[in-house]
Amino acid sequence: MKATFRAGLIAVGVATAFAATGAFAQIKIGVNQPLTGPVAASGNFVTNGAKIAADEINAKGGVLKQKIELVIEDNKSNPTEAVAVAEKLIVRDKVPVMMGAWSSTYTLAVMPKLMEYKVPMVVETSSSDKITVSGNPYIFRISPTSGMEATAFADRVGALKIRKADFLVVNNDWGKGAADVFSKMLKDKGVAVGAVETMDAAAQDLNAQLSKIKSSDADTLFITTAVEQLTLILKQAHALGLKRQIITTGGSQSPDQLIEQAGPAANGSYHLLFFPPWVPEATPNPAAARAFVAEWRKRGYPFAGLTEGFRGYDGIQTIAAAITKAGKADPEAIRAALWNTELTGLNGRIAFTKAGPAGKESGQSIPAVYVVKIDNGKVTLAR
Amino acid sequence: MDELLQHIVNAVMLGATYALLGIGLTLIFGIMRVVNFTHGELYAFGGYMIFMLTAMLGVNFYLALLGALVLGIVLGAVIELVLLRPMRGADIDTTMLIMIGCWIVLQNTEQMIWGGVAKSIVSPLPGEPLVFGPISVAWLRVFVFVAAALLIAGTYALIHRTKLGKAMRATFQDRDTAALMGVNVSAINTATFALGSGLAAAAGALLGAVFVITPTMGDLAALKAFAIVILGGLGSITGATIGGFILAFAEEMGAGYVSSGYRDAMGFLLIIVVLLFKPTGLFARAERIG
Repeated sequence: MKATFRAGLIAVGVATAFAATGAFAQIKIGVNQPLTGPVAASGNFVTNGAKIAADEINAKGGVLKQKIELVIEDNKSNPTEAVAVAEKLIVRDKVPVMMGAWSSTYTLAVMPKLMEYKVPMVVETSSSDKITVSGNPYIFRISPTSGMEATAFADRVGALKIRKADFLVVNNDWGKGAADVFSKMLKDKGVAVGAVETMDAAAQDLNAQLSKIKSSDADTLFITTAVEQLTLILKQAHALGLKRQIITTGGSQSPDQLIEQAGPAANGSYHLLFFPPWVPEATPNPAAARAFVAEWRKRGYPFAGLTEGFRGYDGIQTIAAAITKAGKADPEAIRAALWNTELTGLNGRIAFTKAGPAGKESGQSIPAVYVVKIDNGKVTLAR
Repeated sequence: MDELLQHIVNAVMLGATYALLGIGLTLIFGIMRVVNFTHGELYAFGGYMIFMLTAMLGVNFYLALLGALVLGIVLGAVIELVLLRPMRGADIDTTMLIMIGCWIVLQNTEQMIWGGVAKSIVSPLPGEPLVFGPISVAWLRVFVFVAAALLIAGTYALIHRTKLGKAMRATFQDRDTAALMGVNVSAINTATFALGSGLAAAAGALLGAVFVITPTMGDLAALKAFAIVILGGLGSITGATIGGFILAFAEEMGAGYVSSGYRDAMGFLLIIVVLLFKPTGLFARAERIG
């Protein structure tokens, strides 16, 4: 009797397992992020956000009655590895769509592979203007370009009393692109532009650049880099006695991490960001923002990562919406569907407008930009 | 003028840590003829050890520095005993491959244990800088400079004033004769590798406190260490010390007055120039052949 019962139990178990795999064949989504190397913190946060989105979607029954599965690969903060990862995701894992690759330099490196294999990629972080104007119809960007950031910041130039600005930017497409468009915006506003200093993405000692900036007569310093290097810059600038109004761009600054690791050196700095977790009620979708912040905390991720983590969440939500619209997990169908996808992400409305040369346009969404200020170890929304 | 003074101060602070990095590597090459690709990993190991001791175990910062140095010496000794000693007599390419393998294993172990996200250390030194007129420098940098200088001086004293140092110098001059004179060359090898590794770990612990600690922090450090050693002349401690300062000045002045984008290229440009005119490096001693 007992044995029959046990056999029956096993049979039911096996049947359920089969039913489960049958009903929920997985739809794979490739995630190409820097999980190690100089910008690892940001890449891990984006990936955490992506996992929260995937779990939320699966808990609600998945997409097209199938579960989604994230295939997460580490591009090691290196453009060559980013290309290898993209190729692996497409060829070996056969993902119909990807999200990546964080830095503009990695994204630009991956782009020819998208053309080669005809697989679309949602770009969640990169801000170099080049990405969407180079005629790659497989690119759909939900992060703002540096140009959009500069435009959004333009009406604050007067209020911050900027008369002359220097730049310290990371020596890649992102940093140099940001320096170009912000300089242009400032010059149009009648603000003088002084030194434009660059730094290697892995550089840790920035005293030489900061000493040079210290000898300039500018009142404001614009910085474009990720949180790790930014922490070092703020500490070293403080040690050098550099008195400047500091404004950082790009959205990868994690102000809470700056407060924690740079302490008083972070005081008085302004940061351009795309999600303010301190005030979820100020976002276009407060309920979703609150739920995301709560889930992030529940999983024990550091609060500082939320300003970066939302990108992964919005990216995967965008991809899931596009797969639903496409009706099948096929690269070409998803690419076509992305043009008609519309949703409200944590940042705001996500919908793609055409950018770049006619006939091979890339998709570019127009996200919201927030300016926050660190005051006495607290983050306040400046807009 | 103010800017120049600040650049000079920066370069001196940086140069001391570069020298510390270079000395460990040059000792190992000079005495053991081993191209030590694990040098950068010992540097990262030092950083993680001070992080583990201070942030996770609550050890006092200064004791933790000493702890990182000692643990670096222990790891160095283990690497020598387990990997290098059995390979004595093997050609330089074979040991080089082993060291490259060891480098990859160490780096990936660090990544597995601590993850890829940078770690930061809180130092007990005041956050407000030390200011002399137009010059400003962080207290921590001053401390790091002094500590590096003491370690360099200590290494000099060890090499030139102790019996162990005499045996090391004898082995460097002529391994076979030293062995015939009763020097235990195996023990000297272990001691040398442990000492070099300890110095790298100490440099990593000191700079880990100034910057941040990541599993790949050793890669750039190793590259710089090799540059310093080649610049100063392989096997020359004086060369490595001076080479460290020359590299720091080249980078600092290059970034300050030429182009900050080429900061890391400046040092290597300098090396090309030096090697064109003096292919053995600035301070290499003539080797006895045969």
